[in-house]
Amino acid sequence: MRKLTFREAVREAIIQEMQRDQTVFMMGEDIQLFYGGGPFAVTKGLVKEFGPERIRDTPISESAFIGAGTAAASTGLRPIVEIMCADFFGVCMDQIYNQAAKMRYMFGGQTKVPLVIRTTIGAGLSASVHHSQCLYSIFAHVPGLKVVVPSTPYDAKGLLITAIRDDDPVMFFEHKVLYSIEGNVPEEPYMIPFGKADIKKEGDDITLVATARMLHVALAAAKKLEEDGISLEVIDPRTIVPLDKQTIVSSVKKTSRIIIVDEDYERCGLASEIAAIVSDEAFDYLDAPVKRIATPNVPIPFSPVLEKYVIPSEEKIIKVAKEIISR
Amino acid sequence: MILEASLLKEFYRRMLLIRKFEYRVKDLFVEGKIPGFVHLYAGEEAVAVGVCANLRRDDYVTSTHRGHGHCIAKGADVKRMMAELFGKRTGYCKGKGGSMHIADFSVGMLGANGMVGAGLPLATGAGLSIKMRGTDQVAVCFFGDGAVDQGTFHESLNLASLWKLPVIFVCENNSYFESTHISRHLSAKTVADFAAAYRVPSVTVDGNDVVAVHSSVEEAVERARKGQGPMLIECITYRWEGHEEGEPWTTYRTMEEVEEWKKKDPIKRHGGLLLEKRVSTEEEIKRIEEQVDAEIKEAVKFAEESPWPKPEEALEDVFVSPYY
Repeated sequence: MRKLTFREAVREAIIQEMQRDQTVFMMGEDIQLFYGGGPFAVTKGLVKEFGPERIRDTPISESAFIGAGTAAASTGLRPIVEIMCADFFGVCMDQIYNQAAKMRYMFGGQTKVPLVIRTTIGAGLSASVHHSQCLYSIFAHVPGLKVVVPSTPYDAKGLLITAIRDDDPVMFFEHKVLYSIEGNVPEEPYMIPFGKADIKKEGDDITLVATARMLHVALAAAKKLEEDGISLEVIDPRTIVPLDKQTIVSSVKKTSRIIIVDEDYERCGLASEIAAIVSDEAFDYLDAPVKRIATPNVPIPFSPVLEKYVIPSEEKIIKVAKEIISR
Repeated sequence: MILEASLLKEFYRRMLLIRKFEYRVKDLFVEGKIPGFVHLYAGEEAVAVGVCANLRRDDYVTSTHRGHGHCIAKGADVKRMMAELFGKRTGYCKGKGGSMHIADFSVGMLGANGMVGAGLPLATGAGLSIKMRGTDQVAVCFFGDGAVDQGTFHESLNLASLWKLPVIFVCENNSYFESTHISRHLSAKTVADFAAAYRVPSVTVDGNDVVAVHSSVEEAVERARKGQGPMLIECITYRWEGHEEGEPWTTYRTMEEVEEWKKKDPIKRHGGLLLEKRVSTEEEIKRIEEQVDAEIKEAVKFAEESPWPKPEEALEDVFVSPYY
């Protein structure tokens, strides 16, 4: 099978869906020309193939173009709207969580909103406080949005195609640092269902749940821990809403220990959610307290020394794994 | 511009339907039959009716928290509207939305909204959808002078102008948002002033003259259908009742001010026009009133006799495909 980068996998999903369905189109800032197409070059070359009507550059007006995407979705089209960084959601949050997320419900099912909002997340580039956050838990918290966080090129393409074909609003989070990683990606279009976690590595001693770039950090930690005779089962949820509780809980019933690694801020985040689910549904199986490894409750600092300190790391995972294995 | 007699009479009937609906709602709200909050459109009828008379069924409107008038003007069924206000299963939104989120997508009414200014990007999106699908539909955005304070107004006008979208922005300038007079919340002299900055043609019209509203919007709709882009119509109007029913509106405006505006009653005025121009007779007008009364009575009966939703229905309609 041929290899694609994460970026190319996302691009291919968009191209294949836009070729298949004329109602799919894209809107976002700088998606036509910047870096050849998109601030992270994801949409490179697309305006040449699909034209400026279907690959639309927008003004810096997130409220207007997210709202426009919402209503365009409920009047016959299937927009993919790009917000440059998840950090920017503050300026258009009403259109996302009060309008797009609630339209179907508040109008009693009269309409649907087949909208995809793609955005970038994550630290590691010293992009500092306003360009490094994850924040997907905020969107998972509000009813009416599906939340997708791929970690590999294969997952990215399959999940994005599903997102575009889904009739509900989907938030699709792409980690900046992952854009250049490579992986096997089938040429033909394929769909990965929402609500289906992927066990990226099987193991017996500790369940470890991780998303996006943390998935790769977890796999690296798992490799090191094998040498110490500790076997991690690494689970990638792939979608936070809907969440595959069953795979996670079954794993905990097997291992009796769980660590959740989340690059988002710790307080009230995904890790807390999974911890609550596990303590409710696998209580009698736990031999150790549920552990969360997340970014502490501080903004993400600029200096590489500081940034490295706050983001969850292999070292932190190994330390916590060794703490709970002896219980 | 000579309008057909049937259209002129329909203006009267439709405005009266809104007026009587609103005052019936007021009573029912005070009686406790309508939960939550209601924001009455009484006094502003000429705007909704004059605008929507230019629209086809497949044209879109977005609305505000004060949306009953837009809904009726666009052609919704007052029975299903009343049922929704009561919170019954037979309401337009199955009881999920209520007064502030009333909608009838089958006639292009894309919903009332609890967020000030939220309808502007949505109407812009409906316009974008129209343009990309290549039809000659138009989208009308109703919003108040309060919404002009919001960033969404500026972003939406900029975007609709830039992309030449078929959106007609109708500002219902009733001089207040809640208790705050426009002199204290907007720095510009008029709302229409803003349009020039975005290179959007605009016009200011007497919002209590249904014929004038109709004709100013007629031009805007024609332009939009031909792909000539957006227009802003500022309608100067006034709400007779409080921002929401139950609030003591004398804390910020005087009885005298309200009485002055009531003298400009758009319905009385239009009724006088019908008689003066001999389009209608007194008997005919009385018959229209009786018909409207009957329609409202039927709507209330329907709402009262309709079933409540089952409590578990609260968990439905979030997603098309829940994956649970």
